[in-house]
Formats: sequence, structure tokens, C-alpha cells
Amino acid sequence: MRELAASTITDQVAEMCEKANIYLGEDVFTALKNALETEESPTGKEVLKQLIENVEIARNEQIPICQDTGFAVFFVEWGQDVHLTGGSLEEAINAGVKRGYDEGYLRKSIVKDPLFDRKNTGDNTPAVIYTDMVPGDKVKISFAPKGGGSENMSAVKMLKPSDGEEGFVDFVVNQVKTAGPNPCPPIVVGVGVGGTFDKVAVLSKKALFRPVGESNPNPRFAELEKKIKDKINDLGVGPQGFGGRTFALAVHIEDYPSHIASMAAAVNLNCHACRHLEIEL
Amino acid sequence: MEPKKIQAPLSDDDVMALKAGDTVLINGVIYTARDAAHKKLVELMDKGEDLPIDLQGQFIFYVGPTPAKPGQAIGSAGPTTSGRMDAYTPKMLEKGMKACIGKGLRSQAVKDALKEHKGLYLAATGGAGALLSKKIKKSEVVAYSELGPEAIHRLEVEDFPATVVNDAYGNDLYEEGAKQYAR
Repeated sequence: MRELAASTITDQVAEMCEKANIYLGEDVFTALKNALETEESPTGKEVLKQLIENVEIARNEQIPICQDTGFAVFFVEWGQDVHLTGGSLEEAINAGVKRGYDEGYLRKSIVKDPLFDRKNTGDNTPAVIYTDMVPGDKVKISFAPKGGGSENMSAVKMLKPSDGEEGFVDFVVNQVKTAGPNPCPPIVVGVGVGGTFDKVAVLSKKALFRPVGESNPNPRFAELEKKIKDKINDLGVGPQGFGGRTFALAVHIEDYPSHIASMAAAVNLNCHACRHLEIEL
Repeated sequence: MEPKKIQAPLSDDDVMALKAGDTVLINGVIYTARDAAHKKLVELMDKGEDLPIDLQGQFIFYVGPTPAKPGQAIGSAGPTTSGRMDAYTPKMLEKGMKACIGKGLRSQAVKDALKEHKGLYLAATGGAGALLSKKIKKSEVVAYSELGPEAIHRLEVEDFPATVVNDAYGNDLYEEGAKQYAR
């Protein structure tokens, strides 16, 4: 059995927190540059130019892309032949978040209790961590700093099977329409369909980790992603909501089998700063 | 259309000269406040007590920046979602605030108050925190330091870019812009 030290996880996580918040992935950067080519609105073009310049300033001067450096969200695929030594996975990740957000001059945006005192934890912990046990002896860690503005415009709905494809599409498009300029368009739309109430929300989050430009491997879902994206862009909301052709950079659907009585659906929105980073250990 | 250079603080005439859709470059001194600072300011107003800053003619920028690194005036500093300040904005306008900068939709009550008190709601590009930080030349905390990133900061800005969304005539760029490009 392969051994992996908790301190290695902490070191890697700290580095990921800093990197992801400063260097926007090439997938999203390319999508922004492509949008500038196709955008028809002069104000929309101006916004896209600012966003591209923003990415460059962030990279060149090591400034976070956005001041909302997010809730630290992790998906971990843990190979079942790997033995973690020297601490728990949760502790190791949180120690990495604490160090990364401190040393990287990132904003600490987490309050200890949601309802009463709302006192800041001061180190951006705890992270939100999902762990899957998988075959093999590798560990894959995916990280996304998730901004609050776009998260607030997300929703879960338990649709009826009779709502069908049309009802599903309407739910997604209406949710995005309601969000309007709030989630900092152009946005990436993470969608989940199937599973239970909780599962579908996680699917919609996972959809935001897929590189922009990649489609669902199932051609029917891939086609539906394109159809929903076109409908969203036809709303005319455009970059920052000032009017234009680019409201969504991408729509990603993740699916799961469903109960005979249900058709759970979820929409998780992300701003144009769709930051995500993956490493394998 | 070329952006218009404007100087903070604003007079009523300055406000009335701007329309939804205009892009501006703001110069001078502006102040920051988010949810927690607004709550404290409005509590003082309700008690009839003095505010830690004079709001007359001022801009309020809804921002919670990242910590500044040594040598930087401020960290990443883009706008936060304005709707969370809706409950407080009419009172801020009543106390003399002339313009607020954020991103996202405002309530009808805010739009009405902008008309009544001659005020502006502007949007800065959400998520362009690195770019906007370069337009902020100086930053100091002037009230509520205990709130950390939510403290009220006094900012000196040069050519800080923003777009008028809601003007004092009742126009709304979010509504008009989407209508123009909807298919």
C-alpha cells in the first residue's frame, strides 16, 4: 500500500489556493477572448476587454483576479490503495487553506455560524470537501474558490418527470434570467439533473469544475447544453448585464440516474472568474 | 462613446448630467461600505447620532478588498452585489450620498429614491478586482476597523471606470440593454 503524508496534502493545497486565485485557467481565458470576437454590443465588448486585461494584470502582478477569493471547495478522488499518514484528510486540507489564504493575501470570507453572530473564522476555513473512494493508488484533488455573488443566485428544484425536457430547460433558463447581472456575467452555468435533492446540488457544483469548452460525453446532453446556452444568450443580458450576446460562456450538465417519481434539477452559477485547479498526487 | 471624466464629490447638476448607459471615469475621494458598515450607519441615523463620515455628495463603493500586500495601496477590489444594500440605500441618499457603485439589480425602492434625492447607481465591472485595484492610489480605514475587509475605507481614485445603471430620471440600463439585444 502506498503511503502519503498529510503534510504533503497541506503543502499542495496551500499552493493551489494561491495559484487558482491569481491565474485564471486557459480554458476560461480562451472563452473570454472568443467572446470578444463574437460580442456585438460595444459596451459588452468594453467589459470583455476589461476582463481580459484583468486576467493579465492578475497574472503579471500577482493580484487575485477577484476580491471574492471564495469558499474553498474541494473534490477529492482518493485511490483506495493509498494510506494517509500523519493526520486526517480534513485537517490536512484545512491547514492548507489556512496557510494559502494567509500567505497569498487572499480574503477571508467565512463566518463561523450562518445565523447568529456571523463572526469571521479569520482563516477562510473550514473548506467544503467531497471525497470519493476510487480504485488505484493515486489521489486527485480538485479545488475551486467559489464566489458568493454567483452562489447566491443558484437553486435546486424537484421537477416532476412529466415536466420533461421542456420543463427542465425552462427551469434552468428562468433561474439564469432571474439572476440577471448579479452573478457577474458572462457566467458558467453548472447544471445537475437526476439523483436525490442533495446529489443533484453536488452534480451542479461538479459541473463547474469541467473545463470550459468540453461537452458532456453523452451526445444528447451535449446537444442540450448547446441549446440551453443559446437560449440564455438570446435573453440579451450580455456581459455584466449591460446588454449583449454573451451572457453565458458555457453550460455544463452533469447527470445521474433518477428515482421513478423524481426529476431533481439544480443550477449552480459561476462568474466569469471560473477558477478551478486540479492536481494528482 | 468616450467615457466622461467626473470628479467626486458630486453636485445635483453633476448627477442630472448623467444618464443610464454613460460610462464614466471617477476621480477624487470615494468611500467604501458593505453590509455590516451600512447596518451600523443606518443604526446611527435611526438614533439621530452623528455618522463617522460626512455623506454629502459622496460616492459609496460596495467592496470588500483582499488584504494589500506590502507596497500595494489595496488588494483586489471589485464591486460586490448591490442588492444586499437595498434596505439601507434610501436612507443613505436621504443623508446626502449622491452615488453608489456596485454590481447587480436594485429594488424599485432604491430606483425611486435615486429619483427623489437626485442620485446615481453605477456598476463597476464585477470580477475585475485586479484591474480596479490599479485605479485606487491610496486607501485608509476611516471607521469600523473591527470589520476587517468590511471596514469603511477612504479611497483616492484615478480614472476609476464605471457605468451608470440607474440615473435620476428613472432609466435602467439593465432593462434597456437586455431589451436591445434579446432575440
